[in-house]
Formats: sequence, structure tokens, C-alpha cells
Amino acid sequence: MPSWPEKTKYISKSTLRIDAPEKVTGRAHYASDIQAAGWLYGMILRSKWPAATISAINLEKTLQVPGIKAAITAKDLPQTVRFYGEEIAAVCGATKQACLDALRAIEVTAHALPFAVREDDAKKDDAPQVWDGKPNVSVSARGSREQGAVDQAFPECAAVIEGFYTTPVQLHNPMETHGNTVSWTDDGLTAWASTQAISASRDGFAGPLKLDHSQVRVITNFMGGGFGSKLNGSVEGVLAARLSREAKAPVRLMLTRFDEALAVGNRPSSFQKIKIGALADGTLHAFELDNYGTPGISGGDVELPQPYIYKVPNSRVKQAHVAVNAGASRAFRAPPHPPASYAMESAMDDLAAKLGMDPLELRLKNDSNEVRQREYKIGAEKIGWKEKYQKPGSSPGVVKTGIGCAGAAWGGGGASKRTQGDAQINPDGSIEVRLGVQDIGTGTKTVIAVVAAEMLGLKPEQITVKVGDTNFPPGPGSGGSTTCASISPTVFDICANALQQLQTQSGIADARGNNWFAACKKLGVTPLVVHGQWQQGDPSRPLSSSPAYGVQFAEVAVDTETGLVTVKKIVAVHDCGLIIDTLTLESQINGGIIMGMGYALYEERVMDDLSGVVLNPNFETYKLSGIGDVPEIEITLLNMPERGVIGIGEPATIATAGAIANAVFNAIGARVYSLPITPARVLAALGKVPPFTAVKP
Amino acid sequence: MKNTEPEKIGAHSRRAFLKSLGTVAATAATAQVQSVAAELEKANAEKTVGPGAVPVTLTVNGEKLELMLEPRVTLLDAMRNYSSLTGAKEGCDRATCGACTVLMDELPVYSCQKLAIEAQGREITTIEGLAQNGKLSPVQQAFWDRDALQCGYCTPGFIMSVTALLKKNPHPTPDQVKHACAGNLCRCGTHPHIIQAALQASGAKVTSKTEVIHA
Repeated sequence: MPSWPEKTKYISKSTLRIDAPEKVTGRAHYASDIQAAGWLYGMILRSKWPAATISAINLEKTLQVPGIKAAITAKDLPQTVRFYGEEIAAVCGATKQACLDALRAIEVTAHALPFAVREDDAKKDDAPQVWDGKPNVSVSARGSREQGAVDQAFPECAAVIEGFYTTPVQLHNPMETHGNTVSWTDDGLTAWASTQAISASRDGFAGPLKLDHSQVRVITNFMGGGFGSKLNGSVEGVLAARLSREAKAPVRLMLTRFDEALAVGNRPSSFQKIKIGALADGTLHAFELDNYGTPGISGGDVELPQPYIYKVPNSRVKQAHVAVNAGASRAFRAPPHPPASYAMESAMDDLAAKLGMDPLELRLKNDSNEVRQREYKIGAEKIGWKEKYQKPGSSPGVVKTGIGCAGAAWGGGGASKRTQGDAQINPDGSIEVRLGVQDIGTGTKTVIAVVAAEMLGLKPEQITVKVGDTNFPPGPGSGGSTTCASISPTVFDICANALQQLQTQSGIADARGNNWFAACKKLGVTPLVVHGQWQQGDPSRPLSSSPAYGVQFAEVAVDTETGLVTVKKIVAVHDCGLIIDTLTLESQINGGIIMGMGYALYEERVMDDLSGVVLNPNFETYKLSGIGDVPEIEITLLNMPERGVIGIGEPATIATAGAIANAVFNAIGARVYSLPITPARVLAALGKVPPFTAVKP
Repeated sequence: MKNTEPEKIGAHSRRAFLKSLGTVAATAATAQVQSVAAELEKANAEKTVGPGAVPVTLTVNGEKLELMLEPRVTLLDAMRNYSSLTGAKEGCDRATCGACTVLMDELPVYSCQKLAIEAQGREITTIEGLAQNGKLSPVQQAFWDRDALQCGYCTPGFIMSVTALLKKNPHPTPDQVKHACAGNLCRCGTHPHIIQAALQASGAKVTSKTEVIHA
């Protein structure tokens, strides 16, 4: 049974990202950079109503704007729009300026309808229904369950705490907005897509446009980030295709930053009323959660895996979706773990305070996972827990310091077992490995080169890697932290098959390393093409597996006069089975932490309940972590080759918000119950200003 | 470092100011009504450009780009949509993300906030202009070495900001790097490596604190 080699030259070492030279020189062409011959600029007109019936759209004047080549409605009329920003019409023309003029010339006749954009408004009995005839609130059977005897268990506890922990709607905001350059002719449709899933993107064109899959080709050589929001087929892609068909030219249609906040996904909010109790020795005994959240107009996941990584013998969980007139949620890095981790880990620290226990001890007492137990001990050592931990609120002075920790687990999908790939090996020894996956910035191309180089005894730079084309053998979408675990065993298999074929055709027993060129030369004039697919390998030492664990510690300073939280340091301890490339892995963990820090401190989509619009559809008012906010980050990786390859993109972002929230609690001795932990909320928790949020449990 | 001649700035902004004043504001100014009116008349008598396309000559990476552009076209759009220079990226089109950063006479600017017609006569350097004879610049090389990029979309902007910093300050501190990159956003969260890359490009010794424990 195949398994990874014990001694490695490239695997688990640091290999420089193979496509970095293109990215640092501007030669990397993203979907938004494609300049297909005769290309036109495309733009979308979006609803300015959060709910309306659109009875007429007049495109006559629009089509007269100089330079405009086509204008279409998004749907057949009458159209019911259910959120501010829903697509109404689209135009394409020779220049961006012509399109801007054209959008202004579109005449829309609409009848505005009542709407509700905030969860608490939508929950009211007399709230306008987002979907006709369907209540806005629906209790989730999947997200609701009960075990043990909860009502009996609480009185048995030595300490019980209750808290109403809330998390906001978070926006993905990848640096490259959603969009495509699409060319649709009689020969078929080609889309250069900014996507995390070329296969799903292809199906997302073929379905609505009634094309055979074989008529659609999706190409993604480079893409500027997605974080879960680019896994789907897209309305904007289909509009670009229809414009291309009508204008008989390729159309580049990228969303504006403004559009990006409205219609292409978000992380659902959560409003978690938690009650948790423990016995005198700290053993968790009873848990109750009543949670609701909004996935906007969609039925997306609001169900949280509570009580997260802890086992509580008596627990009751009730969860509900609340529909509001806002853009649909989509998968967002580790859905739906970050809100679950934040609230549960906050409740753990609140409970520890009530018990008079060290919160790290409470975790070690109740977390049965051996890997995390080890990670907690390593992390505690690195952050200096023993020396730095003090009772909540006991830090002296105006600027108070505190530390906190939180844990994570990510099962995800493990790997896509249907991942395939091939390689063409030429008589001159050059080799091209092709997989129908895409590199979303995680280093997928580099992983392929590293694995192939290791298996063939070559150098990574000798491997030509081709991904991001639906003409290649099918691979998975880059979601669920499954890509690395899907492609690594696949490349392993391709290489094993290549070596076997080379042995047969060349008569050279071992074609690796020094023998490579001699063996390839024996191919004569015909290159060798070999296929491979995902393999589990030896079950006791699999080529890939799941889940991954991880813990993070945060050290913060809180200015009790301004309420400002500064993260000074994050210690992250993570495992992901067999490490493929340490350097790009480190980048992903940094990224997970920094995104998690944004979730903890800065990010929140704000809706205006009176007008129904998104109030912060830009980077001035939707705050991302900036370079000046980034703390010292110290990463420790557990390399566990016997577990095979496991993805890391998602586990790295889960624990951050909980760790920071607990460090803030530790510093000021008061709980901030809502993310993001803004200065106003800190001051409110300290009793210095009235509460910031209007939401009541 | 080249700076724009003050007269030019004055002339340009005065004209723009007067044009934006409008009749009401101009007549409301009591002290210098006469001279303002005269200036206004003079400014209006000057040839206005647009709204149609006008010839624009840009000097980008030492080469002349001769384009026909509406005056409202930004430098970023001129490069990305009217030439093959797509290295500078559009992330927001409103001066908040820095993905479009280029050097204008060695100073970093958001190219989405400059009109192409304003950029005439200036030396513009984009990410495509940094490597010489196929050799990466020290900043580009350091970004590669330290893995200071993930999806890579913000990378050209960060590299231009760091390049501008090192021209002005060859040996920056980490805080100075942060300050120089404060106008650039990265959603992948590559910042720690960007700081390392900037320091490495300045010749400082950089080490990673990451520890791998082989279980």
C-alpha cells in the first residue's frame, strides 16, 4: 500500500512559491486583467430598493449612449427584488465611462414594498415577509437537539453563567472583486473567471444558459481571493455571457467594491443566548443555547456546532433562521465555526471566572482531544501563561493587559476522492502536471510541484504545473480546506504511475533522479501521458485525512479611557498532518489569524433599518485589519506525517476571535458580548458609556 | 527626488478652484469681486478639454504611451483598459485599498485617483517597470523569498509602496514599513511576511520564528 516517503527532500521543507515571479512582476493575469480581442466593459444596475416589484425597465435611452453595445434586463418582468443590490439590468460598451453613463440612462418603474433588514425587526409578528407566505423565522430541525436532562442538571451545577453573545454579518471582501471576462460565440463559451471552483463555475454558466458542459470552458490562471464567496456559479457571470452573446464580443464584467458588499455573500450573523454550568471541579455539566442568525434572503447555514469542541452530558440547542431583505450568505472561511468558537470560548472564560478557575485549566479539564491538549501546553509555554495570567480585571493602570486562549477543530470534507490529474512527460525530460483545480492564493501550484519533485527525484522548478482550466482532468473546488488533501495524493498517484510506465518503456528500473533524463530519452518521439487519481493509500499511514485541530493564545492591551483594543501577540499552535510546504503554510496561518482579528475587532456589515441599504459598502467604513494592526505572530506547527495531508486554511481562522475576546475580558474584567469589540462596546462594558447595541435578549 | 514646480500646481489648482466656484459664490466674494470676475473670465476663455476623447501622452516605465482618452479617465483605467499594463490592480477605485499604487516621479500614488491627463509629463513607474533585463528588483525578490504574497492581487501595490519607501529611507524600521504600507490592504493576511520582505530588501537580517515540531 502506498504511503508518503519517510525521508523527504522537499516535502515538509520550505519551497518558494512557484508562481510568485509572475505575481511580483505584474505578469500574472487575473480575470480582471484579461484583454480578449475586441473586449467590452460590462456593468450591472442594481436595485436601490430593499424590496420592490419592478414592472418596467426602459433600455431605449441606454442603447443610445455612445459606445454602448448591448443592454439587457436581469430577469423577465415583472421582477420581485428582495434586497438592496439585487441585479436588475446590465450593459456593455466600449468604455467604463460609457457604461457609467448608460446605467444612469436606464429607466426603472418600480413599486416599493415593505422590508425588514435587521434580525430583530424581521422577527416581529407583524414584520413584512421576505418571502411571500413564508414566516421570516424558521426553527432549524438540523440545528436543534437535546440530550440528557438539562433542566435537572443546571441545579446540580456549582456554577452557572448566562450570556447573550452576538456576532455580526461579515463580508468576504476579496481584493479582486467577483467577476469574469466572458466570450460566448457559436463555438461555445469561454470564461476567464475569478473563481474558487472552475467546475462549479462551468456548471453555473451551462445550466442557466442551456449549454452542454462541453461547450463551456472556464479558465482561472490567477484569482484574487475568495474565502468561500467564489465557490458558486454567478449571476454576474451569466449576465456577462448574455451581454457577450448580444454584443458579439468578449465582455469583462467585474463587480465594483460597492457591489461586492451587497450581493455576493457574507457570513451569517448569530445571536446566541448561552447558559452553561459546571460541577465544582470544573466538569461541564449542563448547556443550553438559543440561537438565531440571518443568512439574508437565502436558506444558508446559521446552525452552529455548539457546544463546539466540548462534550456536555446535558445539553439543549435550539436554532433558527431569520430571513431579512439582504444579500444571501455564502460559505465563509470555516463556516460556521468562528461564531461558534467565539461564543462558546467566551462562555468558558465567563464560567471559569465564576468558578474561580484558570480558564486554561478549565479547557484542559474538559477538552478530551489529545492533540489540542498538547497544543495548549505548547502554546501556554510560548505565551508565558503561568507568568502572565492574572485574575480578570486585575491589570493595573489605564492601559490594561490581558491574555486569553481558544481552541478549534476542522473536519471539513477531508478530501475530494474524485480528484484526478495527468502528466505529460516529454522525451527531453520536461514534465507538465495538469489538474483541474485552481490556486486561490494558498499555494496549490507549489504543492503540486513539491509533491511531484519529491516523488520523481527532481527539483520543484523542473515541474511545469498547469491548473485552472476545465479542459484538465477534474479537481475539487477550493473550499473546506480540502484542496491540499485532494491534490497531494493525486499527484502522488500520477507520479507512481509515471515511474511504472517509464520503467516498462525504458527498461530502467528506477527512473527517478539521476536516471530521469535517460529514462525519458527512451520514450523516443512520443511523450508519455499518465493519469492519476486520489488514493487513500495505506489506511494506517494514509496519504490524506482529517480533521485538524489548533489552539491560539492572544495577548492584548486595552485602553480603558478610549476603549481601543490593541492585539500585541498571537501564539498559534496548529497541526495539519503531513506538512507539504512550510513556507506557504505559514502564510495561510498568518492570514487566518489576521482575518480572525478583523472579525474580533473591526468587521461588521451595517444595515440601515429605515432605508434598507448597506451603510458601509466600502473600505473606509468596513474596516479590515491593516498592516499597522497586525501583532507579532508566533506559529508552532505539529508535523504528523502518519496522518497524511490535511488542509489548514480554515482551522487557522477559527480560534482567533475567541482568544482575543477572552484576552480583552482578562484585561478589563468585563465581558464585551458582541463582535466586533469596538471601542464603544469596550467603554459600554466598562460602564463608561451607554450600551452600543439596541439588541436585547 | 523630483517635485512638481510650485507654479504649475498653483496655476492648475487656481483654475480648477475658479471653475468650481460658480457664479453665486464668485459674486458673494466682496473683497476682490473685480479681480475674481476677471480671473473667471480668463479661465473660461481657456480651451476646455472634453467631454470627448483627447490625445494624452503618458510616460510609463520610460516608454511613451499615446492614447485617446476622455478627460475623466483615470490613470489606472488608462493603463488597464487602454494599454496592456494591467499590473496595477483595481481593488476599490476610491483610494482606500492601494492595489493600484504606482510611482509618479518616485512618489507612491493611487493611480485610481489621478486623471490620466494630470499624469502627463510625469515619470510613472508600475510593477511592470521594476525588473531590469529580466532580473527582479531587490524588493520583488524579497517578496518572493519571504512569501510576502498569497493571492497576489494586492502585491503590486505593496511592492510599489515598499519600493518608494526604500528610495527615501534605505534602512527603515518595522514601524516605518508599516507606516509606508498603511494605505495598502491585503485580505489574505500576508502582512507579517510583507514586513519581513521590506526589511530583507533593505539588507536587514530577517528570521522566522515559526517552529516545526516533528511529532
